[in-house]
Amino acid sequence: MAFEYSEKVMENFLKPKNMGNLQNPDGVGEVGSPACGDIMHLEIKVKDNKIEDIKFKTFGCAAAIASTSMITQMVMGKPLEYAEKLTMKEVAEELKGLPQIKMHCSTMGIQTLRKAIKDYREKNK
Amino acid sequence: MKVYLDNAATTKVDDKVLKAMLPYFTEEYGNASSMHMKGSEAKNSLEKSRKIIANSINAKSSEIYFTSGGTESNNWALKGLFWQNFPKKNHIITTKIEHDCILKTCEWLEKEGAKVTYLDVNSEGFVDLEELKKAITEKTFLVSIIHGNNEIGTIEDIESIGKICQEKKVLLHTDACQSYTKVPIDVKKQNLDLVTINSHKIHGPKGVGALYIKEGIKITPLMHGGGHEKLMRSGTENIPGILGFAKASEQLSKKELNKMKIIRDKLIEGILEKIPNTKLNGPTGEKRLANNINISFMNIEGESIGGYLENENIFVSTGSACMSNTLSGSHVLKALGLSDLEQNSSIRFSISKYTTEKEIDYVLKKLPKIIEKLRRLSPLIK
Repeated sequence: MAFEYSEKVMENFLKPKNMGNLQNPDGVGEVGSPACGDIMHLEIKVKDNKIEDIKFKTFGCAAAIASTSMITQMVMGKPLEYAEKLTMKEVAEELKGLPQIKMHCSTMGIQTLRKAIKDYREKNK
Repeated sequence: MKVYLDNAATTKVDDKVLKAMLPYFTEEYGNASSMHMKGSEAKNSLEKSRKIIANSINAKSSEIYFTSGGTESNNWALKGLFWQNFPKKNHIITTKIEHDCILKTCEWLEKEGAKVTYLDVNSEGFVDLEELKKAITEKTFLVSIIHGNNEIGTIEDIESIGKICQEKKVLLHTDACQSYTKVPIDVKKQNLDLVTINSHKIHGPKGVGALYIKEGIKITPLMHGGGHEKLMRSGTENIPGILGFAKASEQLSKKELNKMKIIRDKLIEGILEKIPNTKLNGPTGEKRLANNINISFMNIEGESIGGYLENENIFVSTGSACMSNTLSGSHVLKALGLSDLEQNSSIRFSISKYTTEKEIDYVLKKLPKIIEKLRRLSPLIK
């Protein structure tokens, strides 16, 4: 590919984990538009303040798909407070690096996750 | 199986071309400007090559100037004529679907005082001849329109464009890098004043091209130095490259060209039939370059398709924003009026004379599964 992707990125791009939709999700987040070339969608199930299940769908490049796939794995089973504090740097590190020009993909992934948690919190006030 | 379908980016050097070039690296390595025997050997080969290239577009040898490739030839045509005509005349007409080396040169010239009209195209990429006529003013010194489009394969009606330019007495330049050898170019019949051609798109070596400049046209050089190419383009001639370029220009047979068209249509029809929600970008049939296939796969991003294809050893290009280093989408697809989604979901497959039916069968076997998987991953499909 035109960009130098790590093996970890390629693995998560070609064999993404936790893709699809959840039945009756507790929180949903979506960020992006076709114009910017990326759309990320995350759905979460929450139990006892922990992310019990999470699924994603992504329209975007290898880095975008890999970032969302990685995020789902990093927060699965974790408390909401942990998930909310996850940073793009941590996601990129877990992916063994992203090309500089693709760093925004992990940022978008984090934004989508925070949006899904916010959605859950608002519904459960 | 490795399937290379990015021949509009560059091609494999033909074995016959490589063989013809090799002696010029280690045996006949002279400088064509040298006075001794080694120099005249090189000079002879250079002039023989010039004759071959000239014949291929019905030009005179004296009208062919060798350059480092398409980018240089296009830069030279535009800047060289601007410097010759400015400030008396300052207007250039081009299109919205040119290669970047035309568009970026135009943008640069605008800063130098040029006025540039960028003509729209229709949904298949064709220039409106009436619009062209209307755009020409007393200040216009040049019309530059791409012959065969690199992204969508549209072959412009260059002969009719040539007639208009001749009637209106403005110069016509065409970038024929993609069309050369695949579509007939006859500078007399088509009234062409300047033509850019290059070698690495036709199974020749990289780093060599030419600019045809019709006899009598005044143009300022881009390169100054030892006065090569009749003072018009300084720099020691790339003899092996030029020789390879000339050899490559003679290789594509009618039979091979026809086979390419059959394979192109097999891939187009195969994809449109097997995969729902797909759309061909650019025209069909004789108005499309024999090597070009450009398809939008709705609801999936182009780079992701490219990545999955690469994983199956199939190499293609995408017009999607994600793929480029600038993260901006294709200006050509945008000019066709495609939506952001259609632009960002496009893939260009470009074949060559070496592409086989077997390779196309392989692509048609792998592609539907890839598209299905990526569509399952798409948030645009609920």
